[in-house]
Amino acid sequence: MTAATREQMAYIAGQAADARLNVELETEGMTLNIGPQHPATHGTLRIVARLDGEQVIEAEPIMGYMHRGYEKLTEVRTYPQVTTLINRIDWLGSFANEVPFILAAEQLMEIEAPPRAQWIRTILFELSRIANISLFLGDMGVQLGALTPVFYAFRDREFVLNQIEAVTGGRFHPNFDRIGGLKDDLPAGWIDETREVLAKMRAFCDELEDLLMGNEIFEVRTRGIGIIPADVGLAYGLSGANIRASGVDWDIRRDNPCGLVYDQLDWQVWTHPDGDSFARYWVRLQEVREATRIIEQLFDGLPSGPIMAKVPRIIKVPAGEAYAETENPLGAMGYYIVSKGDLVPFRVKIRSASFSNLSIAPWLLKGVYVPDIITILASLYFILGDIDR
Amino acid sequence: MAAEAAEAAEVPALPESSTAALDTLSATLGDSVLGSHIKPNGDLWLRVATDAWRQAGEAARDELGCVWFDFLSVIDWLPSPFGRDMDAEQDRIVYGAEARELESMEHGLAGGESRLQVFARVAALPNGSIGGHGGPRSGRRDANDGEGDASSASSAAPAVIIKADLPDENPAVESWMSVYEGADWHEREAWEMFGVMFIGHPDLRHIYLPSEFEGHPMRKDFPLLARRVKPWPGIVDVELMPGEDDEAAEEAAGDLA
Repeated sequence: MTAATREQMAYIAGQAADARLNVELETEGMTLNIGPQHPATHGTLRIVARLDGEQVIEAEPIMGYMHRGYEKLTEVRTYPQVTTLINRIDWLGSFANEVPFILAAEQLMEIEAPPRAQWIRTILFELSRIANISLFLGDMGVQLGALTPVFYAFRDREFVLNQIEAVTGGRFHPNFDRIGGLKDDLPAGWIDETREVLAKMRAFCDELEDLLMGNEIFEVRTRGIGIIPADVGLAYGLSGANIRASGVDWDIRRDNPCGLVYDQLDWQVWTHPDGDSFARYWVRLQEVREATRIIEQLFDGLPSGPIMAKVPRIIKVPAGEAYAETENPLGAMGYYIVSKGDLVPFRVKIRSASFSNLSIAPWLLKGVYVPDIITILASLYFILGDIDR
Repeated sequence: MAAEAAEAAEVPALPESSTAALDTLSATLGDSVLGSHIKPNGDLWLRVATDAWRQAGEAARDELGCVWFDFLSVIDWLPSPFGRDMDAEQDRIVYGAEARELESMEHGLAGGESRLQVFARVAALPNGSIGGHGGPRSGRRDANDGEGDASSASSAAPAVIIKADLPDENPAVESWMSVYEGADWHEREAWEMFGVMFIGHPDLRHIYLPSEFEGHPMRKDFPLLARRVKPWPGIVDVELMPGEDDEAAEEAAGDLA
């Protein structure tokens, strides 16, 4: 070995020692990029997490990959055309997106849909809830490494989508709600078919309860993880099952059922006091079950009559402002419509549930461990179309 | 618009909870209340002075119990300088519609004086809804105990939409982040889309748009470019097939003859 190579070796050894020292002593944070494509996100969401070891110091959701500018676009669409756009906000529960917009427009026009239309609206509204949340129930398993439940969810959700398609003609984008009523009545024989589907969905809930909730891994990964205190959740604008899982007994369906017929039904609001990922899952599971019961009651009491009020052929909405909000599958969704008496809205503010639900993520993810990022985000359950609008 | 509020107050059907909520807020905010409006269904609007924006949020939260932050956004009251309802310059050439005079600015409920207005909605929850033991509770309001007057859905839980005018030059207002943490993203969106500055917001930066984006897309004088270059096909019932124009159609007709 020559002197030159020995010198070289010493240099390399020195470098290696330095490197070891760095590893041992320096605790410089690491930045972990999650997304923009990740199965936990239902769309494209990127999360930049700064880590200290296994713990998150700071997590920053970055969105906008799917921003479609619906608030701007509504200003150049006539009122009936707007429903086509807003169908695509929360694409898993599309019909539910149309309802608050139509209700706000009806408020301004001082039109009320006939009773039968209101009942069918409520039926379809709850069916979208089942279609939307049942996917979550299976998807939550995937985030924990259990692949089976999501196949069950996709299989059984299809039955619900078929029923929605049978009425509206669209699996995902019904575009069925009209100012003053609905496009069509229910097809013949649909109610009996749907009753069978509801029984299937109840069996699906039981199945998932067996598959997931009794599972030890599921319990360990979700119990006590991602706890949201009620007051923090409310200040962040959380709504829907996310806030009911923090022990807040508040449901817009019960507390402000404008335009829908929940006040004429006998049903229950489910809450869970824990506020963790498990509670959010549990509440949603109960809500799917409750929705099947609500729909059966709606079938029993469905009034006959017209499905469309008298509405002018060309819809001009009188000048004014109105805000209507409903309890959508993902949480509170509302439309603030400013009208100047034209064919088109002057301004529409879309209050979407997921935007507020995700806004708690930076607060919630602080200090959690890396694998919990995924379960917490999955349990918050947001759809990126509902965030980016 | 004070006259409008006075007129509204004379209608006997107004829910008492809304008028009581308005009284509470007016008592707390004093002269800062510039206008108000109550709809027969109980929806309450309140317009406050720009300086009192944050105090109004605090009053709604502390005096009225509005713990739930719903949304915050901005309205641009400028009538669109881009012609009629939904068409572009292009549409007028194609369809021969007449250009419309730019209207004067008209404000909505509770009035207004400036072009840009910030507005937010906060809501209270029904009594006794926080801190339960979980489990099912009836979906019928009147079936639950301790909720008092169940005659009207809005009677138990007031909600208020608060508005404030923004100065035309450098629109800015105090941030609500110290009142409601959730205002964070809503203010970022309003800043990006309308160019409204929120004083005291620690991290005002783009939320949807790329960081190099210039302009404020939701302002009325920001053109919707897609509509500038192509008229909206939905404005008429029948449209020509792709690649087909009137002349070509006439020619085709001539050939047939």
